[in-house]
Amino acid sequence: MSETILSDLAKALGDQSIKVIDLTHTLDPDFPVIILPPEFNQCARFRMEEISAYDHRGPAWKWHNITLSEHTGTHFDAPAHWISGRDLPNNSVDTINPANFVGPVMVIDCSEGSATNEDFELTPELILAWEEEHGEIPKDSWVLMRTDWSKKTGADYLNMRDDGPHSPGPTPDAIRFLIHERNIRGFGTETVGTDAGQGSHYTPPYPAHFYLHGAGKFGLQCLANLDLLPPRGAILLAAPLKIKDGTGSPLRVMALVQGNDI
Amino acid sequence: MTDPLSPPPKKNPQVRTVSPTRPPEARSRAALGLSAAAAEGRFALQHCDECGKVQYPPRDACSGCLSTELRWKDTDAKGTLLAETTIHTSTKLYFRERTPWRTGSVQLDAGPVIICHLHGDCVRNGRVDIINRLDRSGQAVLLALPSQRSPHMEDDPQLRAMTSDPKHRRILITDARNPNTSEIARALSDAGASMIFVGLSETWRPSPTLDALSAMDKVDVLPLDVTDTHSVQKLAGAIGGKTDILINNARFLRPGGVLARSDTSFAKEEMEVNYFGLMRLAQSFGPVMASRTADGVNASVAWVNILSVHALSSQPEFGCFSASNAAARSLSQSLRAEFRASGLRVMNLYCGPTEDEWYQPLPPPKVTPQAVARTLVTGLQNGLEETYCGDVAKDVFERFRDNPLILERETTLAGDGA
Repeated sequence: MSETILSDLAKALGDQSIKVIDLTHTLDPDFPVIILPPEFNQCARFRMEEISAYDHRGPAWKWHNITLSEHTGTHFDAPAHWISGRDLPNNSVDTINPANFVGPVMVIDCSEGSATNEDFELTPELILAWEEEHGEIPKDSWVLMRTDWSKKTGADYLNMRDDGPHSPGPTPDAIRFLIHERNIRGFGTETVGTDAGQGSHYTPPYPAHFYLHGAGKFGLQCLANLDLLPPRGAILLAAPLKIKDGTGSPLRVMALVQGNDI
Repeated sequence: MTDPLSPPPKKNPQVRTVSPTRPPEARSRAALGLSAAAAEGRFALQHCDECGKVQYPPRDACSGCLSTELRWKDTDAKGTLLAETTIHTSTKLYFRERTPWRTGSVQLDAGPVIICHLHGDCVRNGRVDIINRLDRSGQAVLLALPSQRSPHMEDDPQLRAMTSDPKHRRILITDARNPNTSEIARALSDAGASMIFVGLSETWRPSPTLDALSAMDKVDVLPLDVTDTHSVQKLAGAIGGKTDILINNARFLRPGGVLARSDTSFAKEEMEVNYFGLMRLAQSFGPVMASRTADGVNASVAWVNILSVHALSSQPEFGCFSASNAAARSLSQSLRAEFRASGLRVMNLYCGPTEDEWYQPLPPPKVTPQAVARTLVTGLQNGLEETYCGDVAKDVFERFRDNPLILERETTLAGDGA
């Protein structure tokens, strides 16, 4: 049976009735990373240095050394990333069951609210309203919050001000609902973190990080192109690098979408 | 009276850029004492410890009593011009390209008669002040200035040939986020700089200094991150050919020595900005600046590094930062040597604790941005290689010069625990 499904899939990929959508930002030195108070250690920016470029340093080949953080660019958060998930089994990227890296994805469209309210909140009420229209969120699926924030560039992306960054995100109740009522696999956003820009002012601070990782769930952030995904029915491919004891990883996130869905 | 210097015309793209030539470099070992003093803008001569004679030119022994106990001491620089002449031709390329050139002899009040270059406004039998400056070969020469200021005297071609004057020059300041940048830009603008480029890192987050900088007439804020090779190369590609003075004031600073930290994160960032940043800038901007040191009124002229005086000797409370500055200072010496053939001058400006967030818990005296700007502009106008801003920097340097091991003992005491 699986042969039939996979050969059907291969055929559908071949004739593009299933499309592959790239949900990843380009790793670029100028792409924003999260900013912490300067007395804390900071997330490394993406950097690239030539090793050689068909020159005296290596005549026939070009290659680069790159430096970055586990949490630079479009990236995956493992449970070990947060103190609430520190003692869970298989909580680092190298030990997570790879079955988790492929799975169904639901997309909750918050783009309209986020366009007029930079601190737009995803609430349980909005999730229930989405379910009214699209059906209940199946357990063990990815839930992505679409805000079209990925279309912002430069200073508008972090939207950092004297009282901190301002960008949309989920309320503590919304995250608790997704975990306890729907038992999702993970939660993803287009912003620099899974939490709202002002997420440090919730109780607990950074509720998405705190609850998701405490429950062994995963995070995806700095996603792009969520507007190209259907509300449900797509398959997400999100496999982090296999970093020993890694708390996260930059990765190429892709979605498989039925042609008539987009 | 000196003819005021006119702003340079736009460059003629069909004319070959003049290749740099240099005045004679050879000096005796004894004479290098004069160059060392010129690097700091001091007029110093050999004083004999035995008989007290002040002598010129520098020698290995006293011309009065043959003692070898000679000490370089700052010396009264006043004198009277005895004789003067104007040279109209020379076998030396450097001077051929610059004649007419005035020289003369001056009777110093301190004793000796010296041969020196003459400012255009010096008159025979007139009173003069001698300044000791580095020429484009990086060696000391003496120049007599009229003791009374004359109009536009800083525009004298012989004087300008020895300084790094910002007037009519285009200047890059590397770090818009440094709290001293606005004051430096303002001071350079007041000193006649024609254009001031300011590099801004991470344009995706706010910079508190940006509004003040953007409001300034001659300032152009451009993206530059000294930790990103590509960003440095990109800016050098855009403005490297018209950067006459580069001021590297990028600084990453966190408190703490080795054991105060439990990892190498901050230390790496300190090296990335303070050491590798300088290297990246030098690799991208250095060659083109070195090729333009004879390019007319706005020839490239100087490279400035703003460093902590603890580059000389560690301040353990900021031990890792001190180490990155020591590395940067060492690199600046290499750069100075590599630029020497072109005549491009490397000036290091050393500061004590600065008036900003990272030194906030330290008591005064602290160096204000205005003081840094003042020291920097004066240093350029005097063509210095080494200059010190504020009492702490001057004190540390004096103690370093006196005995580096005593200085280290004094700055590394553990306190009376017994």
